[in-house]
Amino acid sequence: MKAKATEKMPSLEKGVKDWQSWYNWLFLAGVAVLYVVATIIDFELAVKALSSLYVMLTKILPVFGAVLVLLLLFNLLTDHKWMQRYIGEKTGLQGWLITIAAGILAVGPIYPWYVLLGDLKQKGMRRSLITAFLYSRAIKLPLLPLMFHAFGLAFTITLVIYFLLFAVLNGILSEVVMGKADR
Amino acid sequence: MIKQTVDNRFKNAFRHTLIPFLNILPILLGVLALASLFTEVIPPEVLAEALPKGSIFGPLLGALTGSVAVGHPITSYIIGGELKEAGVGFATIAAFLVSWVTVGVVQLPAEIAALGKRFALVRNALCFLSSIAIAYLAGWTMEIVG
Repeated sequence: MKAKATEKMPSLEKGVKDWQSWYNWLFLAGVAVLYVVATIIDFELAVKALSSLYVMLTKILPVFGAVLVLLLLFNLLTDHKWMQRYIGEKTGLQGWLITIAAGILAVGPIYPWYVLLGDLKQKGMRRSLITAFLYSRAIKLPLLPLMFHAFGLAFTITLVIYFLLFAVLNGILSEVVMGKADR
Repeated sequence: MIKQTVDNRFKNAFRHTLIPFLNILPILLGVLALASLFTEVIPPEVLAEALPKGSIFGPLLGALTGSVAVGHPITSYIIGGELKEAGVGFATIAAFLVSWVTVGVVQLPAEIAALGKRFALVRNALCFLSSIAIAYLAGWTMEIVG
């Protein structure tokens, strides 16, 4: 069924996909050129940038692994009906609660989570919930003691409450601007 | 028969997991490399130095600075703490902290590749405006709470 759908893909849509794939590699090539230019202008700066890239990659790789396993489990254990009920167009309060809690618990750099959200978006996840998930990631539970130490309890609690309120508000607004979901 | 169905299901799930990841991989690597280079060229501390101590435009500048800054949120707390010591207002600091974790100008290509151009632009615009709104609300709340 899926193979037939791919065969019948309109040439324009296929063309756009091919272009996007080329664009992705062109973007990486462009950044590589920037590094070459940086190396010529300031060798030390380019080396520092490369070593901080290495540190960043070592931090991101474990999260990527966890997200890929999560994505595989999603693909294995859920179907369209499940998606619609919990995070799709038919979801209600429980969808919001699950998403915001997941956003708060989704630790690590943002990049791996884009992959998961991109996949869920294609399967019909509501735009409002994607926005709420990304916004609620601003609440970093392990870092709250540090925030409290730097700014005090009142400021920390104030910010956390506003983060939660604006996660919902931005979610609603994103749906007002763009509609509920892709399909 | 059942084993074949399970095998097919696993193969399909594996394919649907790996293909989106491989498609977005060059953009993710590019953005990470760009973020590393950007942080070396313009360190967040330098960006934060541009923030005014007492200005009605403080939250706007705080939000702009936080939006282009890249790095772990801990860095934003440390810089925010230093700004507080230097006498920068709570509203400006709030805008800086909120936009740091919710708006991503440097990460935008990765977000566009995964979630689409329109979604990424609208979401970042909403988050930018929210960081200014939260800044004023937080500043006002702190005045009341003391």
